[in-house]
Amino acid sequence: MAIAKVCGIETEYGIQVRGAESNPVAASSVLINAYVSGVLRTVGWDFHDEHPGHDARGFNLEDVFAPEVDSQLVNTVLTNGARYYVDHAHPEISTPECVNALEVVRFDRAGEEIVRASMHAARRLLNDGSEIVTYKNNSDGKGNSYGCHENYLVDRATPFGRIVSQITPHFVSRQVYCGAGKVGTEFSGTSSKTVPYQLSQRADFFEEEVGLETTLKRPIVNTRDEPHCDAQKYRRLHVIVGDANMSEVATYLKVGTSAIVLAMIEDDEVGTDLTLANPVSAIRQISHDPSLNRTVLLRDGRRVTALELQWSLLERAKKYERSHGLACVGEPVGADVLVRWEAVLTGLEGDHQSVAHWVDWVAKKRLIDAFAERHNLRQGDAKLKALDLQYHDMRADRCLATKLGLETLVSSDEVRMAMTEPPVTTRAYFRGKCLQRWPDDIVAANWDSMVFDVGRDPLRRVPMMEPLRGTAEHVGQLLDECTTAAELLMRLDS
Amino acid sequence: MTERTQKQKPTPSRTDETVEQAPASAPQGEKLKAELDDLLDEIDEVLETNAEDFVKSYVQKGGE
Repeated sequence: MAIAKVCGIETEYGIQVRGAESNPVAASSVLINAYVSGVLRTVGWDFHDEHPGHDARGFNLEDVFAPEVDSQLVNTVLTNGARYYVDHAHPEISTPECVNALEVVRFDRAGEEIVRASMHAARRLLNDGSEIVTYKNNSDGKGNSYGCHENYLVDRATPFGRIVSQITPHFVSRQVYCGAGKVGTEFSGTSSKTVPYQLSQRADFFEEEVGLETTLKRPIVNTRDEPHCDAQKYRRLHVIVGDANMSEVATYLKVGTSAIVLAMIEDDEVGTDLTLANPVSAIRQISHDPSLNRTVLLRDGRRVTALELQWSLLERAKKYERSHGLACVGEPVGADVLVRWEAVLTGLEGDHQSVAHWVDWVAKKRLIDAFAERHNLRQGDAKLKALDLQYHDMRADRCLATKLGLETLVSSDEVRMAMTEPPVTTRAYFRGKCLQRWPDDIVAANWDSMVFDVGRDPLRRVPMMEPLRGTAEHVGQLLDECTTAAELLMRLDS
Repeated sequence: MTERTQKQKPTPSRTDETVEQAPASAPQGEKLKAELDDLLDEIDEVLETNAEDFVKSYVQKGGE
């Protein structure tokens, strides 16, 4: 049986400084520092277990390229178990480990609110009238892209080749409901005349079917093999192909459907008949066609639309639910994902407007078409691109996405709580609670360990190699009973 | 936005009110259009004032 699909999302935000000269690295540092110094104590990130060069196909690039680690960059871990840091030239926030798609939505939304709070704090800190503005999108419209990566725990015993071949049709076609929409194109040889609008922010940037890269020659399936847990038992599938979503339902469907398809692959219930002849061109062809009528070629010679691929996957998922259940993705959430999956495909098959409250690219397109009509604008007008960018503006009063009536799945109280409280369902609970209780005794933390300094040499590293250990159920009572970190370490030893 | 014919927005929740005020017999399409019109009024007020400069200056470094 498929293992629990522990999952999470890392989001890189676009960043711009208004009213002053600044470089994006410095601005990202100011932004995060403003938050942690204004709101929180800081605990540094521990790079001990970072191996971004490990390849799932069995070789290791770290011997060739030193890992890009700059200790000067801000890198912190929050009491909700999340990581908040500067990655390249962007502020990035990773949700804590979650056990289902709804929990991911809650922590992704908390991440947005943390970024918003950071913008407020930075404005006070800068004190010169300048302002740092962030955007939850994935492209600047000029050929530069930054990512929103998903992570899913998968069984090491599942052959990686099977994962690659069977998840690819899903990754290529799921953009019909989780694409964030983009005005124009950044793919060479195309222009806003031929592609005035497309489903995905990211599809223009994928050049390979499978590979280790994330910044150039991006692959549809990324092979980074850095499980951040017991590598004998698990993989972490690092998914770089998705867009950052403003719609909560889109995030929910993106994570929920992908977790189910991965579980089906683990149990070998997907089959090979949906294999695409050329996934790299297919992902772009689908993105470039908002009518959703375009067909792509399968290896067996058939031509299918993205919606047909999605219907086939949904039918298999429903059969899988009947034969295996959906405990591994969280039973009620899994069943709800299936219901919404069917509803969104039905909506996209008919009048797209019927899913404008769920699907980012539909909501954005509706706005852009209406605006262009009202002001008699032509395709390629800068105002339409401005609308596209501003859809993702993180300033509450400027964000256009929040004005479009998108359905929400989590309440503002739940989101506020998730800014500081970890999920109770994974090891993030232990991480977050220890940081709340004993920040002065923790010198470093990362996904799979925490390092304590309780005044005795040497420093004590507490490994957390099992993502589902360290939950409230496992350690809640223990943490309640300990008054000091030294006591906790002693109890863990015994 | 460079448009100068912006209407005043009476309340922040006017999109909802419009939905309620729409006659029950109004076709779905017209109701949607009324909603959208209100929304566009609101958006005219918050849009970046110089779209061209804004779009041009939005340059990011590649990430990931």
